[in-house]
Amino acid sequence: MNSEERLIYMANQIATNLATDAAPVAAVADHIQTFWDPRMKRMIFAHGTDGLSPVAAAAIRLLADAQNGG
Amino acid sequence: MTYQPQKDFGTPESRSDEAVSLTIDGREVTVPAGTSVMRAAAEQGTSIPKLCATDSVKSYGSCRLCLVEIDGRRGTPASCTTPVEPGMVVRTQTPQLAKLRKGVMELYISDHPLDCLTCAANGDCELQDQAGAVGLRDVRYDVQATHLGQEKDHSNPYFDFDPSKCIACSRCIRACDEVQGTLALTMEGRGWDSKISAGFASDNFMGSECVSCGACVQACPTATLVEKKVVEVGTPERSVVTTCAYCGVGCTFRAEMRGEQLVRMVPYKDGKANRGHSCVKGRFAWGYAQHQERILKPMIRKSISDPWREVEWDEAFAYTASELKRISAKYGRNALGGITSSRCTNEETFLVQKLVRAGFGNNNVDTCARVCHSPTGYGLKTTFGTSAGTQDFDSVEDSDVILIIGANPTDGHPVFASRMKRRLRGQDGRPGAKLIVIDPRRTDIVRSPHIEAQHHLPLRPGTNVAVLTAMAHVIVTEGLADEAFIRERCDWDEYSHWAEFVSQARNSPENLQPVTLVDAEELRAAARLYATGGNGAIYYGLGVTEHSQGSSTVMAIANLAMATGNIGRSGVGVNPLRGQNNVQGACDMGSFPHELAGYRHISDKGARALFEKDWGVTLDPEPGLRIPNMLDAAVDGVFKALYCQGEDILQSDPNTAHVSAGLAAMECVIVHDLFLNETANYAHIFLPGSTFLEKNGTFTNAERRIQPVRKVMTPMNGLEDWEVTQRLAQAMGLNWNYSHPSEIMDEIARLTPTFAGVSFARLDEMGSLQWPVTADAPDGSPIMHIDGFVRGKGKFVVTDYVPTDEKTGPRFPLLLTTGRILSQYNVGAQTRRTENVAWHPEDLLEIHPVDAEDRGVKSGDWVKLASRAGETTLRANVTDRVAPGVVYTTFHHAVTQANVVTTDYSDWATNCPEYKVTAVQISASNGPTEWQEEYEALSARARRVETGIAAE
Repeated sequence: MNSEERLIYMANQIATNLATDAAPVAAVADHIQTFWDPRMKRMIFAHGTDGLSPVAAAAIRLLADAQNGG
Repeated sequence: MTYQPQKDFGTPESRSDEAVSLTIDGREVTVPAGTSVMRAAAEQGTSIPKLCATDSVKSYGSCRLCLVEIDGRRGTPASCTTPVEPGMVVRTQTPQLAKLRKGVMELYISDHPLDCLTCAANGDCELQDQAGAVGLRDVRYDVQATHLGQEKDHSNPYFDFDPSKCIACSRCIRACDEVQGTLALTMEGRGWDSKISAGFASDNFMGSECVSCGACVQACPTATLVEKKVVEVGTPERSVVTTCAYCGVGCTFRAEMRGEQLVRMVPYKDGKANRGHSCVKGRFAWGYAQHQERILKPMIRKSISDPWREVEWDEAFAYTASELKRISAKYGRNALGGITSSRCTNEETFLVQKLVRAGFGNNNVDTCARVCHSPTGYGLKTTFGTSAGTQDFDSVEDSDVILIIGANPTDGHPVFASRMKRRLRGQDGRPGAKLIVIDPRRTDIVRSPHIEAQHHLPLRPGTNVAVLTAMAHVIVTEGLADEAFIRERCDWDEYSHWAEFVSQARNSPENLQPVTLVDAEELRAAARLYATGGNGAIYYGLGVTEHSQGSSTVMAIANLAMATGNIGRSGVGVNPLRGQNNVQGACDMGSFPHELAGYRHISDKGARALFEKDWGVTLDPEPGLRIPNMLDAAVDGVFKALYCQGEDILQSDPNTAHVSAGLAAMECVIVHDLFLNETANYAHIFLPGSTFLEKNGTFTNAERRIQPVRKVMTPMNGLEDWEVTQRLAQAMGLNWNYSHPSEIMDEIARLTPTFAGVSFARLDEMGSLQWPVTADAPDGSPIMHIDGFVRGKGKFVVTDYVPTDEKTGPRFPLLLTTGRILSQYNVGAQTRRTENVAWHPEDLLEIHPVDAEDRGVKSGDWVKLASRAGETTLRANVTDRVAPGVVYTTFHHAVTQANVVTTDYSDWATNCPEYKVTAVQISASNGPTEWQEEYEALSARARRVETGIAAE
């Protein structure tokens, strides 16, 4: 697994484990915002949503939008 | 200060609240009811002669030396077995008593060698003292038969057994029974033939069940059981109270010294974690501190293919600072990072993370908790609001049901295990606590003398969440939840959501049995016992955290405790058995890349402002890299320099090939350690470290107990570790001027609310303090969440079972899980450099007889252990301790390199590696793998030192 593949794997794993949360997309976004360093976030934003589960993809879009907007 | 052994009160302390007053030798004394006359006398400073009594074990009444006279009583009762009564009038010294005692001593001495002057216990022998105390001047008996002249047993590497000096008081037997709980010793024969025996008469100590905890040596009143070191160098002349540097139990010891030479480590009776007990590591395995392989001078090299060059400290600091500045200028400040050590003190850890945040200018700091208990931090913070266990160790004495999951306390946390076992055996008519063990292996505590687990659930590795959810299913659907507690203390809506989830039919024990392999009826019974058996306490270890669902399992445990109301008082709680001596402290000190000291997120403006003002810097508000992320970034070519204090990531972290690739890609790896460890093979700068005996500071144990570490000898390398970090920071231009670690603790206290009341002065006064230590709790907090959770309402979190992606299949049909053994510690850097190798000279692979037979493997055969990540070889041990389909090994020896095999799957929330589940195949082998051969050659090359003498 290279770094990008690992980030995709991690995002999907977080999404799977937070699937039972009341608001899974927000929970995944919050988790990534809280624990990932800026380069990891930049890498996954640049990668886009290929290979991401729907919840993980929505979370990444939410974070990327917040970053661009803010 | 001259040497004095710790005062011995003769019999254990009574815990009664009722006070009793009596008169002893004309002086009135008040003691708790249930106290012996002997102890009451000792409390008022009167020393009644004694031999068979010592305050670590129950009174026995065999030596007849402690006789006293009591008004209104006939005869001369033994003071050790006579409880105090109100108004009792006792005389301890009368002509009649003197005559009786002299007679008794005369009999003892008639069968004891008179070689006091050349005896190892000369000056530290109770028999000698009592002979003096009773005024024995000659022995009238012409004894024909004696038990003298027997052969000594030198088999234990740390202590000798000389049966000729034994007075048959049986203190050693009782210490082994009552304190350690191994019951290894017994009395063979009668009369002159009486002899202490380790197991069968044919066994010597080494060949017996003895675990070398030292309790018998401690209890022996003569030189019958004596430390080899005392035989070698003589008795100590002073002592210093300090804290053990091995596991997270955090035993307090007296370091007994001659000048700057350590003679022995003696467990301290007032130590609140260990209460006077010890294990083979803390008591005896400190020889590494003076081991010839310790590196005492800094060393540098341009490339890892060069030999090392020894330099002076000044050059080492100047060179290190210049390399870090060069890399920061060339690649940016985020190319630097550091790893703090759970082996080092709070103060040292705090300085390393401060160097990274304030000096390197980023948050790329992590600690080895990443690979052990980071899920504990995440899980307990989420559910309870605090990243730590809820109890003190004393709490176990009030437990009625003990649930152990993913922990092997008799090997990993032996001193606490002894206290737990004492509670499990029951005492003085009080029945023992019930025991539930959830573990793929039949660990020792499942069945040991006078202990048998009511339920052992040998689950398939990786299914913790499924098992705990199934237990929750039983508790909720059978109406066993403590709804009153939940309504008062937790968020009811979150509970309802969770209860609805666990109640689903898919989460029933029956439905999950094919996944967990745990018998559904047995699981139901275990759940009922935990929920209804009285005070229920959960103890867990790395078998919980080191999984892809480690954090979920911690939260599932918290859910169970809340659902049954088992939080907020003595005897209950959620108790992570932390691995390293200071892993709790390292986490508390802000070692994580997303958190400042006291678990405040780096994005928290208020918390950041506090540090920025104190340190005079601007902090990066974004989280930094965790250890695995650092290695990924290194492989990507953007992370270039690492300051690694007291951790051997190459041996301890998973997927060795990936770790070595990451290290090899860096331009400046700084290893700050005692030895040229495995990581140092890839290092460019080596800064020699100091041992816990050579520095001042504090460690924080698994019960949040902050304890002093006191310097007993000058650092052999010249500097304490905090001084090394400070000098490096100064070389980088930081204006640090700490003159003592107490000043660092003062800084921690003013920046960390939970440490507000901590100072070295307070620790000296109290002995130890359990955080939070605040204005509301100035003496600390033994038990947390008493009236409410730190986060407000306890949070139930739905933890759905998600199977790991590490799957067995035709190529890798077995599951490997890893663990520890009593005599070795972690990567073995310390214990492998002691006599403890006598117990565990190599890592072995445990394999079930069925799996072994399928592969034609016998015990002792070399086998190849292969996974998708790599392969290694080691020898097999065929045993039914492991279930079919499961194999197990330890990772204490560098040559085995068990982590070549482990994968880089990790916990979803924290990236804690999944050490506990790897799909493997076993096959016959006749030699080391290519990796092992190449690595050995690399190590030999990497450890060359220019002076011409190989460092290791």
